[in-house]
Amino acid sequence: MRIGLFVTCLTDTLFPDTGKAVVTLLERLGHRVEFPMAQSCCGQMHFNSGYRREAQPMARGFAAAFAAYEAIVTPSASCAAMVREYHPVLASGDAGFAREVAEVAPRVHDLATFLTSVLGVTDVGAYFPHRVTYHPTCHSLRMMHVGDAPLRLLREVRGLELADLPDAETCCGFGGTFAVKNADVSAAMCADKVAAIRASRAEVVCAGDNSCLMHIGGALSRMRTGVRTMHLAEILASAEGR
Amino acid sequence: MNPNGTMPTYLGMPAFPDAARAAVADSQLRRNLTHATTAIRTKRARAVAELGDWEDLRQAAKAIKDHVLANLGTYLPRLEENVTRAGGHVHWARDAAEANAIVADLVAKAGAGSVVKVKSMATQETGLNSALAARGITAIETDLAELIVQLGDDLPSHILVPAIHRNRAEIGELFRRTMPDAPAGLTDEPARLAAAARAHLRSEFLSATVGISGANFAVADTGSLVVVESEGNGRMCLTLPRTLISVVGVEKVLPSWRDLEVFLALLPRSSTAERMNPYTTIWSGVTPGDGPESFHLVLLDNGRTATLADSVGRQALRCIRCSACLNVCPVYERAGGHAYGSPYPGPIGAILSPQLRGFSSPVDASLPFASSLCGACYEVCPVAINIPEVLVHLRAKAVESQGHYSERSVFKLSGYVLRSPRRLAAAQRAASFSRYVVGRKGRIRRLPPPLSAWTDTRDAPAPPPESFRAWWARTRGGAELRGRRPAGDSPGTSE
Repeated sequence: MRIGLFVTCLTDTLFPDTGKAVVTLLERLGHRVEFPMAQSCCGQMHFNSGYRREAQPMARGFAAAFAAYEAIVTPSASCAAMVREYHPVLASGDAGFAREVAEVAPRVHDLATFLTSVLGVTDVGAYFPHRVTYHPTCHSLRMMHVGDAPLRLLREVRGLELADLPDAETCCGFGGTFAVKNADVSAAMCADKVAAIRASRAEVVCAGDNSCLMHIGGALSRMRTGVRTMHLAEILASAEGR
Repeated sequence: MNPNGTMPTYLGMPAFPDAARAAVADSQLRRNLTHATTAIRTKRARAVAELGDWEDLRQAAKAIKDHVLANLGTYLPRLEENVTRAGGHVHWARDAAEANAIVADLVAKAGAGSVVKVKSMATQETGLNSALAARGITAIETDLAELIVQLGDDLPSHILVPAIHRNRAEIGELFRRTMPDAPAGLTDEPARLAAAARAHLRSEFLSATVGISGANFAVADTGSLVVVESEGNGRMCLTLPRTLISVVGVEKVLPSWRDLEVFLALLPRSSTAERMNPYTTIWSGVTPGDGPESFHLVLLDNGRTATLADSVGRQALRCIRCSACLNVCPVYERAGGHAYGSPYPGPIGAILSPQLRGFSSPVDASLPFASSLCGACYEVCPVAINIPEVLVHLRAKAVESQGHYSERSVFKLSGYVLRSPRRLAAAQRAASFSRYVVGRKGRIRRLPPPLSAWTDTRDAPAPPPESFRAWWARTRGGAELRGRRPAGDSPGTSE
């Protein structure tokens, strides 16, 4: 299986360790991962902010960059959902473009369900001796329907103590430009998420989207909670002695 | 149609973020809303889980509504014909002003100086009460929560529970202050408050000659109207007065009696988390010796047919006003209902109000953005309205119809960078360099506007020394894409 890593612009630019973790993890499981350098951004921020004309060339670029891959894996359920649900919208009215999108979009998987459903593994050989809680991001839950795949993966991690997160399925208030356009409501939502994380007494909060983690982590750090954020991939890539 | 005349009560409302700011800072309001919405959403989830075929019911409801919306030209005349045959009168209102004038004329003709009202979203939408007041007619709200809103000279903040923003202490204080016949020593105990309201309303029911309602459903085949409620006050208004006037949105029509089976299962579980609502009143025209002697149905458009023209946005017209989307919405829970500047608050309001009223006011232009797109609303909607899909669709329309110049340039420039791997890599190198200036210990504590809205309450990550793509190129040998940009590609061009 030819696997292409769609790292996403945010992870590429601000959280390269997540991308490296996906590579480490998939290679440890015996797969070769390629990173097509022609990739850039899926266009979600522009699309969700109403700038469809700007998002369209990004969707085109995505389809071209990943056309050759059987499986496209991304450490962002939100960007995966953007490609699957909304690239067809951006391509509608252009038969050739629509065909390219229809070919490539179903092959896009978020990391957790790629591991559990496509590769059929839950024990990825990870070791992470910390108390961890998991925040199910909205798009992973309600657009990519990852269900309990991330939790099943975490339960197999050696040394990891999984802590329940109260009101886990409530949005952290990120929402892309929402965090800036409706900063007061967004910050109030994040404050409640932080309170839930503190109540879980976890050392680390993990999720399948760096965007939400950037939001939650920004508040955790501002409030000097000492709780760290880590992408699910980084926990799954951790191994004894590393 | 005058766009400002669609929902006259809400003229001059501020944009959502500004109105929400005050609500977020009001800790009493936050407590009231969190308490109420948490309780009801837990109960709703339990009530829905009892049914094994919930998803089938939901899909059936969606299909029925979509069929009706595509065939209003068939079902509305059929409804008119059958209501008329059953002894009722049907009136057609293009907008709020027309509907209010029809109702006021009918009340005047009946010689009534006051009317009793069943809880009705359509008449909140048209601002009927103030229109009647302008003609010297007093409208008395008889739904307990609507009465609380009316006594407090307040606005509703929830579809099902318009006074959800008030707790019982506030309601007790309000009754003691504004209800002339409140019993001496009235406490804040819910049962005593309800008893006081009951006694207060009883005399109104017995003396009223005109009742005004909306309807949850209108059955075309039989000419029947359906009102679903919990208190029984609605039934008093629907059966005691001589004249009954119902103002009903054109999208409320259902083809046949058996369609009610689907909706009467979905609505109570979604809205009050009840298996069955306590009172369902169904009437067809007039019945001599039983109920009102004269019945008028006012069919209201008020922006609905314009909404129907939008192939993505029209799904909002499937709404059955259950409020499930409000109760699960994290934005509604913190911003409260008033910030939405409409009788339709919450996620459904964010897609319905700008479609019914247009984008010309600050609040309507801001509503499609009043969501984190978390999707909890779509998940619970009993008629499967994909609210996030409509929100992003309306955002595109909002940007097209006005757009903010400086915002547009930011998005154009960022689009220019992000659509090209070369430019993205160049921007990443610049960002990595900037970390020596902005990032202390990997965290940025302050950014300039508009990003200061983020750093006011949250740190931002400092860029790492090396992007992922730079690391890959360095360690895995893939050439980092650099070089000339394709001819004609500039920040101004999008394709």
